Amino acid sequence: MRPFAYARADSAESAVRALSEAGPGVKVLAGGTTLYDLMKLDIEAPTSVVDVHRVPELSYIDTSGDELVFGAGARMADMAEDPVVRNEYPMLSESLWRAASEQLRIMATAGGNLLQRTRCAYFRGGEPYACNKRNPGSGCAAIGGADRGNALFGISDSCAAVYPGDWPIALIALDTEVDILGPDGERTIPLAELHREPGDRPEVETTLRPDELILRIRVRKTPAGRGSAYVKVRDRESYAFALASAAVAVAVEPTGVVTDARIGIGGVATRPWRVPAAEQALIGQPLTPESMRHAGEVAYQGARPGTHNVFKVELGIRVVADALRIAGERAAR
Amino acid sequence: MKQRTGTVFETSVQVRARVNGKDVELTVDPRESLVDVLRERLGLTGTKKGCDHGQCGACTVHLDGRRVVSCLTPAVQAEGTEITTIEGVAGPDGELHPLQQAFIDHDAMQCGYCTSGQIMAGLAAIAEGHADTDDRAREYLSGNLCRCGAYCGILAAVRQVAEGDA
Repeated sequence: MRPFAYARADSAESAVRALSEAGPGVKVLAGGTTLYDLMKLDIEAPTSVVDVHRVPELSYIDTSGDELVFGAGARMADMAEDPVVRNEYPMLSESLWRAASEQLRIMATAGGNLLQRTRCAYFRGGEPYACNKRNPGSGCAAIGGADRGNALFGISDSCAAVYPGDWPIALIALDTEVDILGPDGERTIPLAELHREPGDRPEVETTLRPDELILRIRVRKTPAGRGSAYVKVRDRESYAFALASAAVAVAVEPTGVVTDARIGIGGVATRPWRVPAAEQALIGQPLTPESMRHAGEVAYQGARPGTHNVFKVELGIRVVADALRIAGERAAR
Repeated sequence: MKQRTGTVFETSVQVRARVNGKDVELTVDPRESLVDVLRERLGLTGTKKGCDHGQCGACTVHLDGRRVVSCLTPAVQAEGTEITTIEGVAGPDGELHPLQQAFIDHDAMQCGYCTSGQIMAGLAAIAEGHADTDDRAREYLSGNLCRCGAYCGILAAVRQVAEGDA
């Protein structure tokens, strides 16, 4: 690991000040489960690090108002177990406890989870593999290579690396905003505007500036939360990244007709991926095996598989349908 | 060390922590991981270093009462915390903790390399209330790999203590 200078911030404001004064090469350290891991692999090599892990004002969860509010430092394990999250937004809770291991969930934070970096083997593998994300301009060894884990959506000729998180797949399906602190004060963006598709700059993954800090994530409450589910299919039953996942929430009339539908898909896209066309396909329809399957097919329209990930199309369609079945049962309770 | 903001950037950092009930004060390089500091500098080699990337759970310890992987915990983040390692689990006269005894009784190991991590994770899972059914215990212990495949014994030991039958 390369040497770096370390500073422990005691407030969000002092962290941002330290970030801007440290200049290029500075990184925010929270739980460390991504950054410190990648520093050990020499994939990340910050010259200085600002530690925000124990900034008290970032570490809270407030589900009492019109919104679910998650401080950027809230731990994944604690968010998963919050009673309101667990009872009224099962897909949020499931997306959290089905991610990583409990040890990692106790360490990892809300803000860090949004910014988790890809698990693409060529990115993590380092030299001699080409990777435009790690080494801009070097090419992409995954395209035409071992691309079983790679994305079907939001890809470019430069990069097809999957965004690996689970919770943001559920968040993107809801009305989620992110509050950000920078040197000029606070700004708010929809979650949909946080992550970038790779395009020809895969090394730039978000719209955050290097001297900005995520303060909190806010989710507008919706009755559809109760009728929600996060289904995640992976190579082993626990403690693995998604091959295909789906976060769905539905509101259903007593007649069985869907009045609201939210669908996000994971393990298959370069950023948290919402599929409005699949949501629209369900509105006004009853949830039947055919309509649920159809919504999955609409969600996967436009998928661009490579060589070894073609199976993810059919798998993903079935995962969407399965999540809708579970969500529909919960909505009807 | 230079003061740029009020937030100090340092390349060697003073860390004070309580490890298994003893106060410890060390100067660490911010690159050092907690597992390396525990093993190499404090001589607490019961904590094992497996993958060094948070994937196997062998290095699990308790930090302020909660389980973490010490390989992905920079030692600087231990400042002001209370740490318990496998060496701090037995009673004052060396009598085994009921979970340690249950691991022996259920043959919950072969090579033993993952065992201290399994026990630290198991103790935490029990305290969290995540070992109340076989399925939940499996899920909440999935961060600890056993290459020998002693999972049946591990599960039996953790479940026994969770049910208070030890």
